[in-house]
Amino acid sequence: MRKQSRHALRIAALTLSVAATAGTALAAPSCGPDPVVLNSYFETGFPLPTRLAEEFTKQFPNVTFDIKEDQFANMMENSPRILSEPNAPDLIRLPSLTDLVANNLLKNLDGYFDEFGWDKFPAGQLVQLRVEDGGRPRGTGSLYAMGLNYSMTGVFYNKELAAQIGMTEAPKTLAELDALMSKAKEAGIQPIMQFNKGTGGLAFPLQNLMGSYGAPEPINDWIFQKDGATINTADNLKAAEHLEGWIKSGFFPSDANAIEYFQMMSRFMGGEGLFMFNGDWESGNFDSNAAGKYGFFIMPPLEEGGRHASMSAPLTFGIGANANNADCAAFFLDWVATNDEARKINVAVGGSNPGGPADLAIPAVEPGSVTEASLAAGATLAQDNGAMDFIANATGAIFAAGWTPELQKMVGGQQNAQGLLDAVQREYETQLSR
Amino acid sequence: MSSTPAAQRQEQRLPQSRGSRKSRRAAWLFVAPAFAFYAAFVLVPLAMSFYYSFLRWDGIGEARFHGLTNYITVLTDPKLLQIIGNAFQLVGYFTIIPVVLGLAVASVIRGHMAGPFGTATRTILFLPQVIPLVAAGIAWSWMFANTGVVNQGLRAVGLSDWARGWLGDFVWALPAVGIIGAWVLLGLCTMLLVTGITKIDPSLYEAARLDGARPWHEFRYITLPGLRQEIAVCVTLTVISALASFDIVYIATQGGPGITTMVPGLEIYRLAFAHRQVGLASALAIVLMILVLISIAPVQWFAREKK
Repeated sequence: MRKQSRHALRIAALTLSVAATAGTALAAPSCGPDPVVLNSYFETGFPLPTRLAEEFTKQFPNVTFDIKEDQFANMMENSPRILSEPNAPDLIRLPSLTDLVANNLLKNLDGYFDEFGWDKFPAGQLVQLRVEDGGRPRGTGSLYAMGLNYSMTGVFYNKELAAQIGMTEAPKTLAELDALMSKAKEAGIQPIMQFNKGTGGLAFPLQNLMGSYGAPEPINDWIFQKDGATINTADNLKAAEHLEGWIKSGFFPSDANAIEYFQMMSRFMGGEGLFMFNGDWESGNFDSNAAGKYGFFIMPPLEEGGRHASMSAPLTFGIGANANNADCAAFFLDWVATNDEARKINVAVGGSNPGGPADLAIPAVEPGSVTEASLAAGATLAQDNGAMDFIANATGAIFAAGWTPELQKMVGGQQNAQGLLDAVQREYETQLSR
Repeated sequence: MSSTPAAQRQEQRLPQSRGSRKSRRAAWLFVAPAFAFYAAFVLVPLAMSFYYSFLRWDGIGEARFHGLTNYITVLTDPKLLQIIGNAFQLVGYFTIIPVVLGLAVASVIRGHMAGPFGTATRTILFLPQVIPLVAAGIAWSWMFANTGVVNQGLRAVGLSDWARGWLGDFVWALPAVGIIGAWVLLGLCTMLLVTGITKIDPSLYEAARLDGARPWHEFRYITLPGLRQEIAVCVTLTVISALASFDIVYIATQGGPGITTMVPGLEIYRLAFAHRQVGLASALAIVLMILVLISIAPVQWFAREKK
């Protein structure tokens, strides 16, 4: 009897233990019922995170956001210092991951990955957010950030100017795109409106051309700092030569080096320029301010039916290693990807794919809108598995010290395609050797 | 019995000595708050920069001793040398234009500084000084833009070929930045020189005119020597403004295109915060400080009172 009761006790204890363990595994972190203030650091000029925060507070009134905003360039410079403070942000827009991971400033999200079941997200969606211990290479290792959405770059076009040169549909090959630009030039229309002051805006068309000429994998290897990776490849040289050809043909504005991003947007929306290489984060802006006037297409490949490849990057947000409300911040990131209302806001305001579990549909958008076109382009990109991270994200300073000055020199006729790739690769190796 | 002469001298000296000690102590007390601030915000950061300049450090992680490597890099890296050279080119715009134009303006309006004309002139000339440099940089960026007033003017007079994005042009970006700096500093120099010119004894000009001196002679032999101190102050301030420039360049060009308008002040900031090379940034800052001292030392020598 005593033996039986001891046995029963053991079974009961085991059952309780299993139940407790299962309970722990099932109870994903949340914001709880007590008041929480999420210390948040967002990027100036992008209303999406704030709109999402407002909706989150509406659904979870005990959670409010203390939002500070800064320019992207300032965030690149200040994020390590901000994250190293005792009260590090719970949520922060991250310009790059590697340096922050190397200095143990970001929370490792592997635990949340299991608890929230982020394995239901397409693995490719999170690959850019994984970093090995020590900060390199990227693309593998632990998860250190999540995307608020997943944007891509492509080509916006002015429908009215397109009609003037007889453009009725998006070009299917690079040669067709070239022909359209030549036609525009002959008709006295500025073929491309592009910024190149401050930060090198010609990096957008250059990377799109790289995607036309070659596969995205070697470029991702370079961005992810894999051993022996180089940007100085034969395919990339052809892409850079093509860009140089566009510059020499006068397809870009002659004062591109004096045009800032916001001036580019203003001039393009003012009717100056047939095409503009930019990201789908502007789709919502076009739909709300100039409905029906603009279109968007993914950069065409060299040959019709070929593989599409383009820059596609998450709107990266991380949680500070010293954050006070890490669980609530992680819950917010999961909510953004899975909540119906959040996904609707994400598409309407952000204009990009909201990501999240593969079985969740993308919220419906206005037929004929730019957002519809850019989401379709994103689907094509996903189908061709052609997403690349931004070539400016390879190291913390490669954009400022490599791409920007060299692309400006190219516009000024002081640099050629080979020299551009040589100089950027040299700068990349110098930075990695530090 | 009266005291000896030596003792009398001692008695006379004692109160003086006590008084001088007391006044010295009072002087130190007056100076102490200012010195404390100066030490906290200038001397300590200077010493820290000097220390950092021997390190290899990203500002957050572990720092390693790097010897003189950062200084060798500053003095041998072609990009950094070009950046230092850019700053010296800016001296031409930030110093020569405001001082020369300031002297010309001060000479012309010398006799008309009293009354409403003088007040209006002083206000207009000093206006750039009360406008923040960032605002000046933004306003001039608009004026130098493709559709800005500079290009509109050129097109209006049939010089369309000259119209360009001035701040993005490899040849013209640095002169354009120089013009912005010259505009900002012109008012300050003119005001200093106008104030200085009013201190010159008018009888000197009268005597010169009676001796048959022409305006150029008056300027050469009376105005110029009389303004020695003011010219030295102008040159010192403008040279420092040029060599340590940051705001105008950051707003107008961010150092581009390429690195044609990059200056040491902006590069120090970029190296420290964007490139995370705190040691190299500190070494460049120390070298810049030495260059500023070397550059203004001859001016101070020129300005000293002749005995």
